[in-house]
Amino acid sequence: MNAKGKVHKYLDNVDTDVIIPARYLNSSEPSELAAHCMEDIDKDFVNNVKQGDIMVARNNFGCGSSREHAPIAIKASGIGCVIAATFARIFYRNAINIGLPIMECPEAAENINDGDEVEVDFDTGIIKDITTGKEFKAEPFPEFIKEIINKNGLMNSLK
Amino acid sequence: MGMTMTQKILADHAGLESVKAGQLIKAKLDMVLGNDVTTPVAIKEFKAAGFDKVFDKDKVSIVLDHFTPNKDIKSAEHCKMCREFAGDKDVTNFYDVGEMGVEHALLPEKGLVAPGEVIIGADSHTCTYGAVGAFSTGVGSTDMAAGMATGEAWFKVPSALKFNLTGKPAKWISGKDVILHIIGMIGVDGALYKSMEFSGDGLKNLSIDDRLTMANMAIEAGGKNGIFEVDDVTKAYLDERVDREYKIYTADSDAAYDAVYDIDLSALKPTVAFPHLPENTKTIDEVGEVKLDQCVIGSCTNGRLEDLEKAAEIFKGRHVAKNIRAIIIPATQKIYREAMKEGLFDIFMDAGCVISTPTCGPCLGGHMGILAKGERAISTSNRNFVGRMGHPESEVYLASPVVAAASAIKGYICGPDEI
Repeated sequence: MNAKGKVHKYLDNVDTDVIIPARYLNSSEPSELAAHCMEDIDKDFVNNVKQGDIMVARNNFGCGSSREHAPIAIKASGIGCVIAATFARIFYRNAINIGLPIMECPEAAENINDGDEVEVDFDTGIIKDITTGKEFKAEPFPEFIKEIINKNGLMNSLK
Repeated sequence: MGMTMTQKILADHAGLESVKAGQLIKAKLDMVLGNDVTTPVAIKEFKAAGFDKVFDKDKVSIVLDHFTPNKDIKSAEHCKMCREFAGDKDVTNFYDVGEMGVEHALLPEKGLVAPGEVIIGADSHTCTYGAVGAFSTGVGSTDMAAGMATGEAWFKVPSALKFNLTGKPAKWISGKDVILHIIGMIGVDGALYKSMEFSGDGLKNLSIDDRLTMANMAIEAGGKNGIFEVDDVTKAYLDERVDREYKIYTADSDAAYDAVYDIDLSALKPTVAFPHLPENTKTIDEVGEVKLDQCVIGSCTNGRLEDLEKAAEIFKGRHVAKNIRAIIIPATQKIYREAMKEGLFDIFMDAGCVISTPTCGPCLGGHMGILAKGERAISTSNRNFVGRMGHPESEVYLASPVVAAASAIKGYICGPDEI
């Protein structure tokens, strides 16, 4: 499995309030949430994002509220993978639990630029920046988490 | 190697002799919590996976607190969905308007959390219950659904930071100043994936309300949980609320910590977090002139009786500055009634404040006090992210109830000594 697309790059401490502001949490419909994804820090994101694009950020991505609406909004906006140097722990759990691919890789987070074309291989953890020709390797998931991902999310793994 | 307090609780709940940091475990849950924003998503997941009953109807809590009393039609639909689910599954601890309070003030007050228990909640501030020596942590809606179905959750065992508290805080210093000081020191990811364990001689000088405030904001340092040693102060609080047996855990003397911080409570000053991160802290003598439009005293961080009593001490015989909206939100019905009986409402109203029914409301920019473009609020809540209380170009400053009250009176941020 892999993802390939254009990079939308952000910095440190992207919180779940900017990923999906609470004023939209009166809905839990993925398409409605996606329509407002990132709007408080990047008004153009929803217009620019294309299916399969990749989001890259630095430290502590997804900090703040536990709202699962945040990874749901990102996934429904078309993003195929989020790469960050580190993730806030609740966001990390939520992304795995709903099947949004995420990768922890400080080098990739540092070196990939906004707008680069990037390809990610989930099985090997190899991240290729096609624009710059640089290659990075992400931390592999522990087996336990791979099992949840392979079963397409936590609830399916309980069935 | 010994275990931290958190590791011991997790080991027992996983049926293991011992655990170590980094280990993945499955632990039994004593309580699974959700609110009107997160529970609807959990209900959809629960039903889609084919479950038809909750693992234990006494160990699920659903509190309608975020957008209630219903702020709009969509919120009303979400609350209706929670109400029907709670009725259908016979959930014992379902709290609707009239009984509800802000969830993290309500559960301890009702005695639904006790030392040594493992609690997950689909709300990031679930870490609050570490104040009474429980392991409690925030999760998402899918984890809530799985917890309601199976009574278990997976965890990566955290390593820990230890905060050794000494000394006695000065008159106007509260738990809020202590935790803002700590977050300012270690940063918003300073405790990422870790436990924050609070102990030391200074503990006896912190009330349960102070500790609830501090544990509440462990997540603002990225922490998995914040947890306090159980002492006589905790026991006295629990005696009035918890009937069931509970187990008190203490960290082993040779437990490993990633870092140990000594905090002298007597040296702390009133502290304010500037936009747009809780780590942007300044002590009150460093804030400069920051003019305000609104003051909010409430939330799961600082909406408890002691918080209102302290704010009333400042408001008594004074009036808020012209053009300042001061909104007081007692966190539960019980706190509301007690504050009223103590005469605090008269003080607040004489000072020009408005008193709201319990709700999370403005803290997350839901309702009951939204900011316009360019406006500034001082708030006793826990987050000051971009757009947190309204317009993306508004600003939130975090502080204790006494600093918020003093600032409302002056119209700009100041400490209680300035009035």
